[in-house]
Amino acid sequence: MWTWFHRLGSPPHVYRIAARLTPWLAWPAAALIVIALYGGLVMAPADAQQGEGFRMLYVHAPSAWMSMFIYGNMAIAAAVGLIWRIKVAHAVAAASAPVGAWFTFAALATGSLWGKPMWGTWWVWDARLTSELILLFLYLGYMALRTSIEEPQRADRASAVLAVVGVVNLPIIHYSVYWWNTLHQGATITKLDKPSISGDMLWPLLVMIAGFTVYYAAVLCVRVRAEVIRRERNASWLREELAT
Amino acid sequence: MRPTGLLAAGALLYGRDLKLAFRRWEQVTQPVVFFLMVTTLFPLALSPDTAQLRQVAAGIVWVAALLSALLALEFMFRSDYEDGTLEQLVLSGQPLWWLAMVKAFAHWTVSGLPLVLVSPLVAASLSVPAEAQWTVLASLALGTGILSFLGAVGAALTLGVRRGSVLLSLLVLPLTMPALIFGARAVDMAIMGDSPRGPLLLLTAMLILSLSLGPFATSAGLKVSME
Amino acid sequence: MNVQTFLHMGGYGMYLWPAFCLTLFVLLFNIWSARRALKEARAAATRRLQMEDNRS
Repeated sequence: MWTWFHRLGSPPHVYRIAARLTPWLAWPAAALIVIALYGGLVMAPADAQQGEGFRMLYVHAPSAWMSMFIYGNMAIAAAVGLIWRIKVAHAVAAASAPVGAWFTFAALATGSLWGKPMWGTWWVWDARLTSELILLFLYLGYMALRTSIEEPQRADRASAVLAVVGVVNLPIIHYSVYWWNTLHQGATITKLDKPSISGDMLWPLLVMIAGFTVYYAAVLCVRVRAEVIRRERNASWLREELAT
Repeated sequence: MRPTGLLAAGALLYGRDLKLAFRRWEQVTQPVVFFLMVTTLFPLALSPDTAQLRQVAAGIVWVAALLSALLALEFMFRSDYEDGTLEQLVLSGQPLWWLAMVKAFAHWTVSGLPLVLVSPLVAASLSVPAEAQWTVLASLALGTGILSFLGAVGAALTLGVRRGSVLLSLLVLPLTMPALIFGARAVDMAIMGDSPRGPLLLLTAMLILSLSLGPFATSAGLKVSME
Repeated sequence: MNVQTFLHMGGYGMYLWPAFCLTLFVLLFNIWSARRALKEARAAATRRLQMEDNRS
C-alpha cells in the first residue's frame, strides 16, 4: 500500500511522473488564474472604503500566502531530507526556494503599489509588509548559503538545517513584528487588512490562491526534475532519459 | 579510566576557550571598540541635542550592540576548525550539543559580556537616564546571550565558506530581529519611566528557547560542516 | 463598462495595473526560469556522461 510513497524517494520515478504531471497542473493553474482575474477585476463589486483600489488584494494576498506556504514546504522537505537522507526531498527544497522568494518579492511590490494610493507613501512599516521583508531575507539567506557551499551534499544538508531553524523562528518573528507594529500605531488595524469582505469579493481570492498553488506545483515539477538530475551521478536511468 | 562526565568536560572546554581568548586579547577588545565607535556615529549623524538622542537611544544602543556582537561571531568555531580541535570535539564521545552549548556560552563570556559591561557608558553618552541603566544592562545581557546561542548555528553552518562573515551576518540578522524589537522596547520603556517587565520577560523566554534548542541545531550544523 | 473606465479603475489604475502586470511577470518568469534550469541540467548531465564515456 505504501509503495507509491516509497517510490517518491526514487529519483527516476519522480523524474518521470513529474514530467507527466506538469501539463495536468499547468493548464488548470492557468485556467484558475484567468477565472480569478475575471472574477476579481470585472465581477467583484467595488469596495465601499477603498473603491476599485482594493482589487490589488487579488494579487497581493495570494502572493503573500504563497510566500509563506512555500517556505513551510521548503522547510518540511529539508527536514525530511536531513532526517531520512532522501535526495529527492533536498531536491524539492532547492526547487522551492526561488519560487518562494519571487512570490515574496511580488507580495512586497504589490503591497507597496497598494500602499501608495491608500496612504501616500511607497513603503509603510506595516506589520505584514515588514514580516514579508524579513521572510525575503530568510529566503535570500537560504539561497546564499546554498550557493556558497560547493559540495552539493553539504550544501543540501547545511541549508536544510538553516531552513528548519528559519521555520521555527518564523512564528516568533511574525508575532514580534505584529506586536511591534501595534504598539507604534496605536489601536488601528493592520493597514493591509482585507476590507470587510463579502461573498462576491471572496471567491475570486480563493480561486486565485488555488490557482497559484497549482501553479507552484507545476513549476515545482519542472524544477525538481532539474534538481534531481544535478544530484544523480552515473545512473543508467539518467542515460535513458537524456537519450529520449 | 572513567570517561569524563558532562560537567567536567564542559568546564574543561569553557576554561580552555577563555584562556585562548585572553591570549588573543584583540579579539575581545575589538568588538567593544567597535561598539563605542558605532554609537558615536549616531550623534554625529543626527544631532548632539540630548532630548533627541534620548528618544532614539534605545534603538541605537541595541543596534550597535547587535552589530558588534555579530562581528565576533565568526570566530566562535573558526580557529578550532582550522587547527583540528573541532574534529577532536566531534569525535570525543561527549554529546556534541553539550559542547556546542558550552562553546556558545564561552563565546558570550568573551564577546557578549564585555559589551554588556560597557553599555552603561554608551547609554549615558546618549542621555539615557540613570534609572534606565539597569534595563540597559539586563536587556543587553539577555540579547547578546540570544545572539550567541542563535549565532552559533550560523557560525557552524558557514564554517569553511570563503569570506563567510558577511554570509553569517545575513543568516543571523533576521533571526535576531525579535530580540531587537523587545530589547529596544524594554530600554525605551525604562527611559520613559514605565516598567520594562513585559519585554524583559519575553527576552528571557527567547533566551531560554535559543539556549535549549540552539545547541542541537548547532551540533547538526557542525556535523554537516565537518563532513 | 467601457475599456476606458476599466483601465482607469476609479483612479487607481496607475497602481493597479502595474501590480497585476508585475505579478504576471513573476509567474511567467518563473516558468521560463524553471524550464531553462531543466534544459541546462540535462545539457550538463549529457556532457558529463559523454566525457566519462570518452574516458573509459
